[in-house]
Amino acid sequence: MTTTLDKTVLDMTATDLRAVNTTLQAAAKAQANEAYVITNPRGSHAMACGLDGPLNVTIKGSTGYYCAGMNKEASVTVEGSAGPGVAENMMSGVVTIEGDASQYAGATGHGGLLNIKGNASSRCGISMKGIDIVVHGNIGHMSAFMAQKGNLVVLGDAGDALGDSLYEARLFVRGSVKSLGADCIEKEMRPEHIETLRELLEKAGADAKPEEFKRYGSARKLYNFNIDHADEY
Amino acid sequence: MCGIVGLFLKKDDLRPKLGDMLTDMLITMTDRGPDSAGIAIYGDAAEGSTKITVQSKAPETEFAGLEAALSEALGAPATVTVVDTHAVLTVPEDKAAKAIAVLEGKGLRIMGSGASMEIYKEVGLPKDVAARFGLRQMGGSHGIGHTRMATESAVTTMGAHPFSTAEDQCLVHNGSLSNHNQMRRKLAKKGVFTRSENDTEVGAAYISSRIADGATLGEALEGTIDDLDGFFTFVTGTKTGFGVVRDPIACKPAVMAETEDYVAFASEYRAFADLPGIEAAKVWEPEPATVYFWER
Repeated sequence: MTTTLDKTVLDMTATDLRAVNTTLQAAAKAQANEAYVITNPRGSHAMACGLDGPLNVTIKGSTGYYCAGMNKEASVTVEGSAGPGVAENMMSGVVTIEGDASQYAGATGHGGLLNIKGNASSRCGISMKGIDIVVHGNIGHMSAFMAQKGNLVVLGDAGDALGDSLYEARLFVRGSVKSLGADCIEKEMRPEHIETLRELLEKAGADAKPEEFKRYGSARKLYNFNIDHADEY
Repeated sequence: MCGIVGLFLKKDDLRPKLGDMLTDMLITMTDRGPDSAGIAIYGDAAEGSTKITVQSKAPETEFAGLEAALSEALGAPATVTVVDTHAVLTVPEDKAAKAIAVLEGKGLRIMGSGASMEIYKEVGLPKDVAARFGLRQMGGSHGIGHTRMATESAVTTMGAHPFSTAEDQCLVHNGSLSNHNQMRRKLAKKGVFTRSENDTEVGAAYISSRIADGATLGEALEGTIDDLDGFFTFVTGTKTGFGVVRDPIACKPAVMAETEDYVAFASEYRAFADLPGIEAAKVWEPEPATVYFWER
């Protein structure tokens, strides 16, 4: 471990994953608000996960499965691409991915901001529960499946079955949508949506105007049993 | 789970290092598949010759005197290079079919054959399998490897990947096919037979059968999306290149990297960590239901 100026550098060729996570988790818990730089991550799994307190973590390279999972208050930046399940079940704080994110980014996230500068693949924001996700590129199929709450903002295009079986999450897409999932429809952009979107784009440092986006949401037709469908069961 | 690695070299200067690079990638994928490991490597082709890779349960006895016996049966010179439980037999191209019949008659198990492809696979940890066969020392233009966590058939040598169902063609798979028995029967009606109970071998036979019917590699891989049901990330090797396809659901992971020197495939980025120039490589996730292939 070396400390330069106000940053502590952990080199993963010398410090193993468990020691890195133990150090980060302890610092977060101590409300230390310190800055850590992790070098040579080599695609490791579960990096910087379970941080429960204010901390600034920069990972110099690509990460594997479940990076920054369950994040609370901390700010984690991946200067590379992230594997499946990045920021899964995130509670608060900011997770930034400079490259691409693999499948189910931000799954079940309750809060905070997941900022993906590249593309996100399939199932982005699946079952999201209050998180804000901004994707500067495209997203893959089945994104925001059963999404309950929060905002998913996509500057590029969305793949098949966007927002299938959606609850009350709001989806904003600037590009094309390959297809909408069951019960997901395009909705009117009202002034409050423009305002929410403007704030999110600004927070994510995204170069886009809120007026360029379309909003998608739940038609709420799956909320209740429809007697006309009784013979289909 | 299962782990897949693949490496296709664009330049000749890395050829002597192919086995070394693939071995590191393969070992990194151990925790995705500790049951068995295998590799198909495309090395130098000898003009007019076919290489047949066979495996034996009793290599000391079965490989002893094989060179002379095979040469005599073929009426032509055959050479045998023994590598642990495997042996690579080089025979004249026009005698390959007869040689395979002779070898099968002796109870040897055919891993694959072709002008440049050799296949090595065994049960055990990837590092041990790699050491047994001296994979690090092997050179070549491209190769694919697999670490197996078995689902659809038993943990045996014959259930390990890669599977080869035609000359210089092989396939590795992460996932499980759900219509493999039906497809096996369909292929059998066309006279295309598989050697094991394994689902992946059916996938390999499907691709080989499409190519034999005149399809290009790209068309055959496109066909897997419509005709094979289940989960799959496939990587296939041919004499001149390799291809990648994922099913439309794409829950089995895949990542690719490309530089001026190579195209690499892996189930996870971890396997790329030691590749030269990876920091500056173009790294991306192959799209679902999309065929990618590189040929020289």
